[in-house]
Amino acid sequence: MTSGPHPSPPPSVMGEGVHSPARRIGDTMLSVDNISLAFGGVKALTDISFDVREHEIRAIIGPNGAGKSSMLNCINGVYTPQQGRIRFDGQTFTSMDPHKAATMGIARTFQNIALFKGMSVLDNLMTGRNLKMRANLLAQAFYVGPNRREELEQREKVEQIIDFLQIESVRKVPVGRLPYGVQKRVELGRALAAEPRLLLLDEPMAGMNIEEKQDMCRFVLDVNDEFGTTIVLIEHDMGVVMDISDRVVVLDYGKKIGDGTPDEVRSNQAVIDAYLGVAH
Amino acid sequence: MLYRESGQFKTTYAADQQLFPIRQDRYAIGLLLAVAFVVIPLFASSYWLTALLIPFLVFALATLGLNILTGYAGQLSLGTAAFMAVGAVAAYNFQLRIPGMPILVSFILGGLTAALIGIAFGLPSLRIKGFYLAVATLAAQFFIPWLLVKVSWFSNNSASGVITAQPIEILGFAFDSPPRKYLLVLTIVALMALAAKNMVRSSIGRAWMAVRDMDVAAEVIGIRIMRTKLIAFAVSSFYCGVAGALYAFAYLGSVEPDGFNLDLSFRILFMVIIGGAGSILGSFLGAAFITLLPIFLDVLLTEGAAALNLNLPSGMTSMAQLVVFGALIIFFLIVEPHGLARLWQILKEKLRLWPFPH
Amino acid sequence: MQFFFEVLIGGLLAGVMYSLVALGFVLIYKASGVFNFAQGGMVFFAALTFVGLQEKTGMPFWVLIAATLAVMVVLGIVIERVVLRPLVNQPQITLFMATIGLAFFIEGLAQIIWGTEVRRLDLGLQDEPIGALMDQFGILVSKFDLIAALVAGILVAVLAVFFNKTRIGRALRAVADDHQAALAVGIPLKQIWAIVWSVAGFVALVAGLLWGARNGVQFALTFVALKALPVLILGGFESILGAIVGGLIIGAAEKLAEVYLGPHLGGGIEGWFAYMLALLFLLVRPEGLFGEKHIDRV
Ligand SMILES: Nc1ncnc2c1ncn2[C@@H]1O[C@H](COP(=O)(O)OP(=O)(O)OP(=O)(O)O)[C@@H](O)[C@H]1O
Ligand SMILES: [Mg+2]
Repeated sequence: MTSGPHPSPPPSVMGEGVHSPARRIGDTMLSVDNISLAFGGVKALTDISFDVREHEIRAIIGPNGAGKSSMLNCINGVYTPQQGRIRFDGQTFTSMDPHKAATMGIARTFQNIALFKGMSVLDNLMTGRNLKMRANLLAQAFYVGPNRREELEQREKVEQIIDFLQIESVRKVPVGRLPYGVQKRVELGRALAAEPRLLLLDEPMAGMNIEEKQDMCRFVLDVNDEFGTTIVLIEHDMGVVMDISDRVVVLDYGKKIGDGTPDEVRSNQAVIDAYLGVAH
Repeated sequence: MLYRESGQFKTTYAADQQLFPIRQDRYAIGLLLAVAFVVIPLFASSYWLTALLIPFLVFALATLGLNILTGYAGQLSLGTAAFMAVGAVAAYNFQLRIPGMPILVSFILGGLTAALIGIAFGLPSLRIKGFYLAVATLAAQFFIPWLLVKVSWFSNNSASGVITAQPIEILGFAFDSPPRKYLLVLTIVALMALAAKNMVRSSIGRAWMAVRDMDVAAEVIGIRIMRTKLIAFAVSSFYCGVAGALYAFAYLGSVEPDGFNLDLSFRILFMVIIGGAGSILGSFLGAAFITLLPIFLDVLLTEGAAALNLNLPSGMTSMAQLVVFGALIIFFLIVEPHGLARLWQILKEKLRLWPFPH
Repeated sequence: MQFFFEVLIGGLLAGVMYSLVALGFVLIYKASGVFNFAQGGMVFFAALTFVGLQEKTGMPFWVLIAATLAVMVVLGIVIERVVLRPLVNQPQITLFMATIGLAFFIEGLAQIIWGTEVRRLDLGLQDEPIGALMDQFGILVSKFDLIAALVAGILVAVLAVFFNKTRIGRALRAVADDHQAALAVGIPLKQIWAIVWSVAGFVALVAGLLWGARNGVQFALTFVALKALPVLILGGFESILGAIVGGLIIGAAEKLAEVYLGPHLGGGIEGWFAYMLALLFLLVRPEGLFGEKHIDRV
């Protein structure tokens, strides 16, 4: 599945001057304050603070085991940090609950694809819209009025996403049978189906070839551009990070060692050391 | 060239979301229903109706119930028979104790009672998974029949808790002969199968499968795991409860709680596995298969022994049944975990291409 | 008070036997991630093979033990080859269901080979009260129960040491923690699994003999395994210590409940009491007595 013609040509991913000036970065939407998380003796996160502004693309980088995924897991409540708090949309939480996070408009993808393997692409995306569905159990059992209407309405929304991600040809295929790259795309689709305000992407391009990466970059930028979705992105590919993100947080051994624009981070000595493997 | 979907383009999402999008499937189902509702009651013998078709339908219903829980929602239960017992005894008591209670309402209330009990025993599923849960449902399997026997109120003080189901009468019409009972059971099962099919293609069904396939991801997109699992337990137990009521009222007439034992629970689990976990059609295929297999084995063994002049020790058939059931379960889990339903689907795909190999 | 202790001791002795069966589960679970529902079938198969061979051949006791053990080892290896290997990497629940099928198969097979009638199994142990205890404290404890518990206890101890202290044991634990990693450091998985299934066969044999001598060799022996399940819930599937302590708790609680609670409830509660106890316990501590809480990695 390679990309076909694209509706509005996105800025070149690998080129210079990626950001269209129209991008309206707004106020702080999410702030993470002094988060600490440990598993038994393993300190996954130590006193981490950073913020994310509306409409920006915020990257989290760091070596393996640095605590990046754990950070995302704290933000949407999959893990419960022992210390610190999370502020989202003016509300403060000492621990988030995944359901609450979803209702507040936080969606995400996972490092290891976490699709519903036994279900078709269409059903995976439809499931992504579950919060929009209201019909009660009886209406569903008899497939009457409200349920039928709802199914069709949601189907139309989902079809738009399918078009956007160019996965029309596989919509009825069980996701377990799709190639890896397409699965990653479907997972993005499932997150988008919720129409999130904040999208957390855990290594969306890991394990992809150059072409697939380019496609995925475009999708991420388009989502950010067209829907105004704020994005927090974990990525190992420095080229990609430097190209598409507005600001970058750098973690190492559970500690924050850098935070700033790509250029600032690139010239930060602590970051360089971490990546070159200087002994601590 | 008979089974083709070419030329049947869907122009609306509504058309694409029909129950049976392919025209030939609709004809086939229509034909099947016509045979089931008209031809069989007219021509089938009483033996066929009472010994095969009615139990097949009742088991199919229970299998549907377990399939919703295990096949769709991924929660393994070994307590199916206990929930059937609850349905049977509850329906009996509603009939017994509330004068003028319509029988169908009793069936529904029996199912609802089973649903409540199902929720209670489903509560551990919120904290435990997999076979831990299976062990927890065993608690229901051992506790409920005991309770139904011990508290003699449930059976109106009969010995060893036997309940004798009241005659079935709906709006003055008595369902007293095998064809009539069959028609009643068939109608109920057909409607409930349709409802199950509708549920699994709606948001609750997707939520069940999402919880089954990847619960963390399901939670993250806003599915309430707890609620979803408990609904699965409730709906599943409702189906089992109604199946239990039909088992008592339309099949056996009188049943004792100890008849709803672990063996029956296993048998229904086998129907799910062999028929196809996560398939409505599979529930029927599995129920048919497991209902017919013992009869087939029996004939095979007695005929075979007679032909070879062997003297089979008593109990041989039931031992052979254990071995064959066991072997089949292992075979299906290894070779075709999606059961007969999947084989059927493969056959259809072949048919679609026939006579061209590709 | 004397009566209370009598009941308690009886319960604890029965509990040791539960621990033994539970240990069979734990061993297989730790090494291959399979919850082997067929453990009860194996107990039955072992006991039936033993008495069957005894009737047919009249071999001396130790030869019979060796012969039955050989049969159990072969059975274990065949199970591993035919059933579990093709299912490697399947979800645990699939494996579990496969072992339910296996239980049916083994139970049917045993009876096809040896017949269905109930048999007596004589180990030469008398089921009589121990004189000294009777005279000194007035407590009635069956000699048979005590010796059976001793045998079971020794076996449990040996296995625990085997698992925790020997090289093979450590390899087993490594396998349990991470199959891929174990392979990577050169642990021969297939051999390990064969060993584990053989050991489980051995445990089944001992349990089968002890229970069979107590209650007769009959189909009901398969239920012994069902008794071990609540023990596992209590102790956690992964903990040897848990299996031991869980067995003792369940054994004691069950006997006490039977004696003190049973009459008020109309009797027959031993069929479910252990399960309800385990169920309630699960609601409070889902990870078991000694299990560690762990958070799914995503
Ligand atoms: N559920 C868990 N249970 C125990 N330890 C965990 C769990 N999740 C993460 N850890 C530990 O926390 C630390 C940080 O892990 P995390 O997955 O957040 O790292 P990461 O930065 O995402 O690494 P990678 O680039 O490899 O994905 C690691 O030491 C990891 O082993
Ligand atoms: Mg990670």
